[in-house]
Amino acid sequence: MIKTVYSEVKPYTRGWLALVGGLTAVILAALFAVHTMEHQGHWVTGMTNQVVWGMPHVFAVFLIVAASGALNVASMGSVFGREAYQPLARLSGLVAMALLAGGLAVLVLDLGRPDRLVVAMTHFNFKSIFAWNVILYSGFFAVIGIYMWTMMDWTARRFYKPAALAAFLWRLILTTGTGCIFGFLAAREAYGAAMMAPLFIAHSFAIGLAMFVLVLLVAYKMTRRPLSDELLGRLLRLLGLFVAANLYFMAALHLTQLYFAGRSGVEAFILWEGGTVTSLFWLGQVGLGGIMPLIIAFGGCGHAPRKRLTMASILVVAGGLAQIHVLIIGGQAWPLDLFPGMEVSSSFADGRIHAYTPTLLETLLGLGGVAISLLITVIGVTALRILPTDLAPSTPDRME
Amino acid sequence: MTEVSRRHLLLASGAVLITRAAQARAPGEAASPSQRWGLLIDTAKCDSGCTACIDGCKAEMGLTGHDRPLTDAQYIRKLTVKDPMDGNTHFLPVMCQHCAKPACVDVCPTGASMKRADGIVLVDRHICIGCRYCMMACPYKARSFTHEEQSGQKPHLPRGKGTVEGCTLCVHRIDAGGQPACVEACATKGKGAMLFGDLKDPGSTIARRVAAEATTRIRADLGLGPAVRYQGI
Repeated sequence: MIKTVYSEVKPYTRGWLALVGGLTAVILAALFAVHTMEHQGHWVTGMTNQVVWGMPHVFAVFLIVAASGALNVASMGSVFGREAYQPLARLSGLVAMALLAGGLAVLVLDLGRPDRLVVAMTHFNFKSIFAWNVILYSGFFAVIGIYMWTMMDWTARRFYKPAALAAFLWRLILTTGTGCIFGFLAAREAYGAAMMAPLFIAHSFAIGLAMFVLVLLVAYKMTRRPLSDELLGRLLRLLGLFVAANLYFMAALHLTQLYFAGRSGVEAFILWEGGTVTSLFWLGQVGLGGIMPLIIAFGGCGHAPRKRLTMASILVVAGGLAQIHVLIIGGQAWPLDLFPGMEVSSSFADGRIHAYTPTLLETLLGLGGVAISLLITVIGVTALRILPTDLAPSTPDRME
Repeated sequence: MTEVSRRHLLLASGAVLITRAAQARAPGEAASPSQRWGLLIDTAKCDSGCTACIDGCKAEMGLTGHDRPLTDAQYIRKLTVKDPMDGNTHFLPVMCQHCAKPACVDVCPTGASMKRADGIVLVDRHICIGCRYCMMACPYKARSFTHEEQSGQKPHLPRGKGTVEGCTLCVHRIDAGGQPACVEACATKGKGAMLFGDLKDPGSTIARRVAAEATTRIRADLGLGPAVRYQGI
């Protein structure tokens, strides 16, 4: 059996300082945006009484969904016994926690009253899926924290398997909960479907793995640690599988929607007539985030596995952002139907497609969440033994 | 502003006479589940150009706005509903429907969205965190987010920047034994299209009319049990 050696990343190198400095700068810019939004009020953003959730929510949902997916690499190793993934489990847990923290930060900082976070933590309406998610998100940190502890402390090794299983189940429930935030909205025609939960799970597999892979590749490149092509090829095939699953559930959702006569309007909007939303759906979500990664993974592309995996992961992340944008913005742009079959108009924008133009402020806030996730990851791999020194079995660093 | 004519005055006095006056609640007395406050709106009496209910609401609630239609609050709005087949058009006011099973209350994470025992749906501004999930869930687009600082606020309706707000059915008036400002304005300056009362009181005008005449509720198919009923649509 091969024993994996883990080591901390050396801090204060030129690359480390540049990375931390860059991420801190983005976070500071995001905090400035938050200050402006909270001081002036949300009217300075592109969000309105019609499109109430905007760019911050696109980033927040992306990061939260990716968080649960990033844990899959650890689960593949510990729950499903795939040994090749086991050395990556610690990084998988860390990235999962970091992504969730970044996503939650964006969500909280976009609240109308972020100073009332303590209210959200102390007042629970148990009929609200949102309130359940507050519990699920908090619990996710605790469950992965214990899971990481069982991985890093040999005295706690006997709890390793149960902790791994608990983390895997928790992440499935968590993503179900996130999908249900939309699935439970009966009046919004683009949502209100049980299919949201499995779609979110499949999507989390894809974008979570893509984010994890990008962190892994950059970390190993910057710290000059070896990575085997065999592992990279394996990750690429896994990513392809997850992308295919996401496409399948997405197709099932839209076919169901098209079959319901009352929802043909919103489907026509998303699939044919929605302008930016339609472009993002076909070019971003389906093209860049679906078909292209599948071709790269399984289409006999001649490039080296590292190059193919990098490109596929970047495309899946871009496509993932497009997918969540189509869902959140496209879903709200389509007006609520108070009188089905009738033409409605009012001073409150009833009956017409709602435009949404994000401002720099809310985009900065969203990017700030990504930067928070990455900064936590950098600090984590610097302070703890998270990264294996070597992920190429032929090199002498790896001990028998 | 519309001149108050003798006809309007008569209409208003008639509305006051035929509507059983709400019993004022003593300070500290809890709202009663034996009551269910509601509205009956006759769209045949709702004119296209009339904005009496909207103006009355704005004045009562201190909704001055910032001349930004996409972010300014609207507690009540006038809908133009046109049948694409024959072009027939109706006009009607839409506000919070004070549902029996309000989606906004179900989804609110902190319980800030709440329903009183007498069916009035409100937002507790002290624990609203401004997540806007209620706005995503409400099928009637009845709620607004307070996008910026507000001036000209009324003592009975403090409006907090960063929280969600909507029609309160003029709960402060109801608790004092009165009726909503929109209903009053419609009676005095409009054609008396709106009727307010206790749907659970079989002796009330609204309950008797709902029992005797056909009424509809917007998106009744969603099963939320709105307390606002319409005639003529």
